[in-house]
Amino acid sequence: MQPRCFQIQPQDNVATLLDDADGQIQILGSQPQEIRLLEKISRGHKVALKDFVGGDAVIKFGARIGHVTKPIARGAWVHLHNLASDVDDRSSTLDLHSGAPTDTSSAYA
Amino acid sequence: MPDNILSRSSRGNEALTEKTVIDQSLLASVATTSWSGFLRPDGRKGVRNLVLIVYTVECAQHVAHAIATNEEDIHVIGFPGCYDNAYAIRLMLALARHPNVGAVLSVGLGCEYTQPERIADAVRVSGRPAEWFFIQQNGGTRNSVAKGKEIAARLREKIRRETPRVPMTLADLTVGCECGGSDGTSGLAGNPTVGAFFDLLVDAGGRAIFEETAELIGLRETMQSRAANPEAKQQLAAAYDKAERYCQSVRQYSVSPGNFAGGLTTIEEKSLGAFAKSGTRPIQGVIRVAEAPRGPGLWVLDSVPDEHFMQFGYTNPNDTEGIMDLISAGSQIVLFVTGRGSVIGSPVAPLIKITGNSTTFRAMADDMDFDAGRVLTGELTLAQAGRELAGLVTRVAAGEPSKPEQLGHREYFIMYKHQNTPTLEAGCRA
Repeated sequence: MQPRCFQIQPQDNVATLLDDADGQIQILGSQPQEIRLLEKISRGHKVALKDFVGGDAVIKFGARIGHVTKPIARGAWVHLHNLASDVDDRSSTLDLHSGAPTDTSSAYA
Repeated sequence: MPDNILSRSSRGNEALTEKTVIDQSLLASVATTSWSGFLRPDGRKGVRNLVLIVYTVECAQHVAHAIATNEEDIHVIGFPGCYDNAYAIRLMLALARHPNVGAVLSVGLGCEYTQPERIADAVRVSGRPAEWFFIQQNGGTRNSVAKGKEIAARLREKIRRETPRVPMTLADLTVGCECGGSDGTSGLAGNPTVGAFFDLLVDAGGRAIFEETAELIGLRETMQSRAANPEAKQQLAAAYDKAERYCQSVRQYSVSPGNFAGGLTTIEEKSLGAFAKSGTRPIQGVIRVAEAPRGPGLWVLDSVPDEHFMQFGYTNPNDTEGIMDLISAGSQIVLFVTGRGSVIGSPVAPLIKITGNSTTFRAMADDMDFDAGRVLTGELTLAQAGRELAGLVTRVAAGEPSKPEQLGHREYFIMYKHQNTPTLEAGCRA
């Protein structure tokens, strides 16, 4: 089955994968388009639908979900390493893959 | 939220349907679906007829649970602290005088601050039978368990015999919704399905409650644009600002490692997905823990602590606390939306588990009541999913046990917190 990937609102500049995906995929939703994924992206995660520069707003559900911390190419994975919350300063300290906190590591020593 | 992402994409660039459009004939049939409920002396209607054991300190916890072990329709809640807390007492009284509860037995150890006698008195004022005792005055564990079982069995017999049955429809229901263990499907399918059901419930004259404001960080303007009137708009702004101040001060937002691993990156993103459970109808206002909605329609529950000289804990330390808050607001049924999966239930009000992740639905088939992932495969439109969920809610309301009920899940969590006392008027209605 073709991996499913949805752009929820027309103004969204990221889309959400509902299956693990790699390579060329079809974006479903308000503006159906083909996109080539630059890396493997897991189910539930987001792909950039445009080239971003640092500071750009990321739009999902038609609303701002945070800002870009480094350039992101169209087709790349958008997550903790390149997208930060506008309010939660802890979000950029989390482990990219597990989401586990790194700022309380000393407590486990 | 769009009506159906997949079918829309297959239809091409059709205009987005911003509001859930509900077929009026379908609404009429769901709205008139009737079942038999339990009439309480205050006029409210319950979907279960329970005896509730309320313990007043951790030291009485074992005895309270032993009284209810293997007993059908006897549930337990309690407060672990020895020092009393006004918020926790109001919460326990709201649960003890809940429409699903017919009678109460309060059990204390005998030296704690919280008074089981006063709990029983307050419950009796509501017209329900209530009894209490101290373990220290009843010869310890064995004697107290035996005495408690005898009282609980007598109370159960009495309410089974004497509680009037009464017809109920969706208009008589208050339904709460909480989400937990969210993943990328929660905002796309699970929560929007509840949103579609909430639209239907509100249109039928019922009450819908969602929480909680700490999970709406980033949505100040979005929320305010949904306010039913200027007063509601002001309440939403105040509740939002308090939640944001609170999260900043404790440096913790309502988002967890599992959420990040599941693909959510920021609290704003999670908030937007969580907000999808609110549907599209106007928000009537903000209520607080142990306070019932002041009328029909859609309400937001604020469970964030108010400013206080003692800053107790976190606003929502776990999913169970949020579920108890929703039940304390009079929800006879609570909907729980998960993506990654969850195995909790609740006392007092049945919990119905919904997942937008069909893989999770299959992997945890014993625990999951509703597969909203079918919206993402195009099997169902969002409106159809909302209507199917309404059917499930009415069946559970009529007595069909939900999956957590079948498994015997009755988790509860009542902690120290401070919220300013609701107005006297609100207190009378709660």
